[in-house]
Amino acid sequence: MNAQQEPGNNDQGCFHCGLDIPLHSNFITLIKGKAQRMCCPGCQAVAQAISDGGLENYYKHRTGETRSPEFTDLSIPEQLLAELALYDQASIQKAFVSESEDGIKQAALVIEGITCAACVWLLEHHISNLPGVTKASVNLTNHRAQLSWNNDEIQLSSILTSIYRIGYQGHPYHPDKEEQMLASETRKATRRLGIAGVFCMQVMMLAMALYAGKMQGIEDHLVNFIRWASFVLATPVVIYSARPFFSAAIRDIKTGHLTMDVPVSLAVGGAYLASIWATVTASGEVYYDSVTMFTFFLLIGRFLEMKARHRTGRAGNSLLNLLPASATLLKDGEELMVPATDLNIGDRILVKPGHTVPADGIILTGQSSIDESALTGEYLPVSKASGDSIVGGTCNVENPLQIEITQVGAATQLSAIVRLLERAHEDKPKAAQIADKLAGYFVAAVLLTALVVGITWWFIAPEHAFWITLSVLVVTCPCALSLATPTALTVATGTLRQNGLLITRGHVLESLAKATHIVFDKTGTLTEGNLSLKSVIPLGQSSYEQTLAIACALEAHSEHPIAKPFHTQAKLMEPVQASEITNHVGLGLEGQVNGLRYLIGKPAFASQHCSTTLSYDDAPDNHGQWLLLASDSEPVAWIGLSDAPRKQAKSTLNLLTRMGLQVEMLTGDSSAAVGHIAEELGIKNVISGVSPEQKLEHIQSLQANGARVIMVGDGINDIPVLAGAQTSIAMGSATDLAKTNADAVLISGELQRLPQALQLARKNQKIIRQNLGWAIFYNMIALPLAATGMIAPYMAAIGMSASSLVVVGNALRLSKLARTNRVESPDQSRKITTP
Amino acid sequence: MNIMYLLIPIAIVFSGLAIWGFFWSVNTGQYDDLESPAHSILYDDDEHLIPDDAKPKPLKPQDKTE
Repeated sequence: MNAQQEPGNNDQGCFHCGLDIPLHSNFITLIKGKAQRMCCPGCQAVAQAISDGGLENYYKHRTGETRSPEFTDLSIPEQLLAELALYDQASIQKAFVSESEDGIKQAALVIEGITCAACVWLLEHHISNLPGVTKASVNLTNHRAQLSWNNDEIQLSSILTSIYRIGYQGHPYHPDKEEQMLASETRKATRRLGIAGVFCMQVMMLAMALYAGKMQGIEDHLVNFIRWASFVLATPVVIYSARPFFSAAIRDIKTGHLTMDVPVSLAVGGAYLASIWATVTASGEVYYDSVTMFTFFLLIGRFLEMKARHRTGRAGNSLLNLLPASATLLKDGEELMVPATDLNIGDRILVKPGHTVPADGIILTGQSSIDESALTGEYLPVSKASGDSIVGGTCNVENPLQIEITQVGAATQLSAIVRLLERAHEDKPKAAQIADKLAGYFVAAVLLTALVVGITWWFIAPEHAFWITLSVLVVTCPCALSLATPTALTVATGTLRQNGLLITRGHVLESLAKATHIVFDKTGTLTEGNLSLKSVIPLGQSSYEQTLAIACALEAHSEHPIAKPFHTQAKLMEPVQASEITNHVGLGLEGQVNGLRYLIGKPAFASQHCSTTLSYDDAPDNHGQWLLLASDSEPVAWIGLSDAPRKQAKSTLNLLTRMGLQVEMLTGDSSAAVGHIAEELGIKNVISGVSPEQKLEHIQSLQANGARVIMVGDGINDIPVLAGAQTSIAMGSATDLAKTNADAVLISGELQRLPQALQLARKNQKIIRQNLGWAIFYNMIALPLAATGMIAPYMAAIGMSASSLVVVGNALRLSKLARTNRVESPDQSRKITTP
Repeated sequence: MNIMYLLIPIAIVFSGLAIWGFFWSVNTGQYDDLESPAHSILYDDDEHLIPDDAKPKPLKPQDKTE
């Protein structure tokens, strides 16, 4: 064993998940004949499973982070096995499993925990190696797995269990309507792009022959033949690939506001029809090359935008994942495992500690703390007893509860929040309209000019009128309007993505640049979203280390969020054992350490045996969370916990204020901590203790007064207000539902990316204006020439390309972020050392 | 020059075939995941295919950099 311990190196952290290795632990797995240290039995078990499967190469290939597995025991909890076994029942399988005649079943799964392509490799190999599995393919983009297996040889539950064993979680996947729509949208867009690409090149080749022929001389019958060939090749592009532009243009005309789709459609449609006329009558000019190339370039831009939009688009299943798949039904004194969907109003269920509540209900017996963080974003659980109502999707922390169900399915509170979200989406100010305003004027101007030119030529020389009007449209349209904005937007979006801000809606850059207010949620957005040890103030003779050791020993076996920072701390210290621990729900813990009796928790509870009973008023200050540690005779220490603000929060807010934005904090929390954090971060406008509805109302009243609001948040309770603001940004740690409904996601959770993004957005506006300026300048020259009928097609083509190059080159300047505030070194705080 | 009358239609037919192949690949889901296939080629899970005498010699214990 000694030889195996030698490679272990504490500085490197856990070989599997990269977390710090606790000082006095010794978890080792042999990987490729070399002993590697792990941080916990969970990682050890997963690494062992990977190694046993001969898939160690995973560690060589991975580029993303690996998460520590959910269960920290060597075995998978029985409860989970029982839940997974539910998926073997035919009645449940019929929703997501299809079976072919020869007994091969097929299903799609959503896999959680995929971070990079190596995960896909690991999962595919691990699952395919199982006996009875005939096919397993995993999609890295949407984290879906396609499985087929022989039901006689292996059960679905054992496949799911083996996925758990290598550290991932698989859930059956029911594609909802929206998901199916997204998938077919992607395929359609890919097909459109492919058609446009292939035929655009073919048409260009033929067009080259025509241009060359014009200069060197070419026989007329060949010109006609090439034109007909071009017509055949260009037709699918116009009819199939360019269809989205036409339908959008028709919608725009119906709703009465002009977007770029109108001149694009006019140019594509007009040039195409004119070219057909020219081909049939063997006169005039053909523009097939312009038509196809123009369509192809525009489609590339739209395709990239769509990809970015879909990246976080997993709305349908995120809500599903929050509600548990199974419930323990109490019927005639027996406990039955049933699928959560089978529950009815009036059923009595049992919710064990650590389990998610399957539906809204009222507590019949029991007393426990409920973790409502998924719903409200608050990390401290709420204490509930019999008679209290309880919301589906929240998590039971401490004691078993018996619940009578009052609401199921669409009537639950969670569904109510989703409905609020839909309403907010409808009320959302159409930022896209603002984006189109300038373009709208421009479009109108171009159309008007073309019309005037057309009418004028009708009087001068009717036979030229059509051709000249068309050349006006073709010459002005492409670079002037269509390239100027999208290229700048594409480049800026890409730059921001590389720097940790993922933009999912097209209007974000514009509305970021024009924002006047920025509103933050508190917990999890401005703060870290979990408790950390802030201070220990010994009251008696005990030293700092002694008190902390006693506290850690007492809290070691509690799963309450308050105990979590102690767990982290305990790993860094000499372990002290506590015995006879009793948990007093909502009050604190009691136990024996080194033969002495200690209590930790609320001051009044902990000091009950002391000569004087202490209360919160005696705490060193009134912000944060104070716990009292006391023996059975005297108070020992005050231990302060707080949710610390994110590291760059203060400098970020300062910078935002200096950039001219109104900074506000909007939070559901009504405790004293709100004022303290606002003071620490220097926020003047604070609104606390508000419900999701009130948050939405506040944002809407701001917007009614002309403000342009950016909302930054993370919880499910923030979703309606995220949807209601002009621009919404979700933190990377936010719930999936919040992320899908936000306009942008701050992937890394680094707040200082916000001012950078704002700067880039403003620069983006400037560059778009320069591009449009250049386009106007170009048109001022090209338009009169085209209007007087002096531009030959090849001249127009050269002019167009040169002008496009200028526009694209200018847009590429957005690929660099201003390197003003990139200072903070990577996370140092994780290594807490005992003083 | 009459060869053009043959070559251009052939080019059109070829483009048609290319599009048919492209549609087939899109419809069978080959474009659904544009990320992981690019990485998978880099994963050497073909070690058993390399002949023993062509494998790089294992490092001697004293060469280990630890």
